Amino acid sequence: MKPRYDLLVIGGGPGGAVAAETAAKAGLSVLLAEKRPAIGAPVRCAEGIGREALTEFVEPDPCFISAELKGAEIVAPDGSSLKLNPEKAGNKVGYILDRKVFDRELVWRAAEAGADVAVKTRASAPILENGAVKGAVLHHCGETRRIGADIVIAADGVESKFSRWCGIDTTVPVREIMTSAQYLMTDIDIDPTVTVFYVGNNVAPQGYLWVFPKGERSANVGIGISGAKSGTGHRARDYLDRFVASKFPSGKTIEHIVGGVSVCQPLACTVSDGLMIVGDAARVVDPLTGGGIYNAMFTGRLAAQTAISAIQNGKCSKDVLMAYDRGWRESPVGKTIARNWHIKEYFIRMTDEKFNALISSASTMDLDEFSTLNLVKELVKKNPLLLGDLAKLSFLLR
Amino acid sequence: MLHVLRDVCGYCGCCVSVCPEGALELIDAYLEIGDNCTGCGICAKVCPLGALEVKDETPV
Repeated sequence: MKPRYDLLVIGGGPGGAVAAETAAKAGLSVLLAEKRPAIGAPVRCAEGIGREALTEFVEPDPCFISAELKGAEIVAPDGSSLKLNPEKAGNKVGYILDRKVFDRELVWRAAEAGADVAVKTRASAPILENGAVKGAVLHHCGETRRIGADIVIAADGVESKFSRWCGIDTTVPVREIMTSAQYLMTDIDIDPTVTVFYVGNNVAPQGYLWVFPKGERSANVGIGISGAKSGTGHRARDYLDRFVASKFPSGKTIEHIVGGVSVCQPLACTVSDGLMIVGDAARVVDPLTGGGIYNAMFTGRLAAQTAISAIQNGKCSKDVLMAYDRGWRESPVGKTIARNWHIKEYFIRMTDEKFNALISSASTMDLDEFSTLNLVKELVKKNPLLLGDLAKLSFLLR
Repeated sequence: MLHVLRDVCGYCGCCVSVCPEGALELIDAYLEIGDNCTGCGICAKVCPLGALEVKDETPV
């Protein structure tokens, strides 16, 4: 660890790792600081990602792919199910990753590109000069170091503390935190190529329950429910235990995973003088799916690209870094988040009766392109009366 | 006063993200509660495992 770097990245998840790699490749001196003792662990993720989303950043490698997906299924409260086939979208629609290996791979790439990496290294405060971020105070095994940097990228995940210390309110509204629990289960009967989603107000209030295959007889079995619906006796874990007891009574749990996923709108502004915020820390998770890996890598790369030109031009003020904020908002990622937030707000108000009617309107559906937008479009087409309110928001579905 | 049931806590940081005061911090496998905690209980509500409790400790 040197006393100063061009770029300091706080957090060694996919957003931070891609930011560090991108900047180091362009010749910046970079430190990637991760507070946990190991990259990729503990996992806080259901590990799903679309094929194109993954391949934009890294070639799928068997070492970090747990399962290749060929379809999906949505199960209604009354048990009726809708199978989504990628007939027209090609055979491989997505992957379930092994995040422990995947995250390491990304950090290895950053290190290979020339970034310094420090694990078990926690930031506790920014270094501020005239209100501008100029580095951070880091702690490593009892030692405290002040590390200077022209720019800091906050990639510190759902906790998003670093930006808060810089004066940016990152608080997630209670109703928009998906409080989540997941068991990595083995010795269970599943289709190893299909993700299954269970919806309904008694199954997963304002969220969903998922079974994501991790192998022939293994899966991430998890649930996210709205913080507003959580409380004593009806927490994420309670719902999950009930589901597992009825669906996989003889399965074995080999990993116990918990976490929070924000489904709110992104931070009003994701930059300040010397600071850019990426990934979950910027609240850029897809509010409809809860997916955050791709959006983190996308914002991480864009923030690093902005840092490269800012540092080359010797100006790291907020107005210069705003190019990053505008960039992701105007990108397909930003537009999808904005649209999916509205669709999510619609779906969380849906009754079980409506879910039942909607899902039983078709037993299978062939999708041209395997996306939530396409699914919603098809559902609206099939259920013009049922989803009249959503159709009114048709500008969202263009 | 906010209490952490350390055997129940999964050290996931869900509570940290909703704290309006920024009073919670996850330091590896240790959840720290800052002096600015107001005992509002939002964190206790959202905890996926039920590891947080607000207890009234007014002396009788």
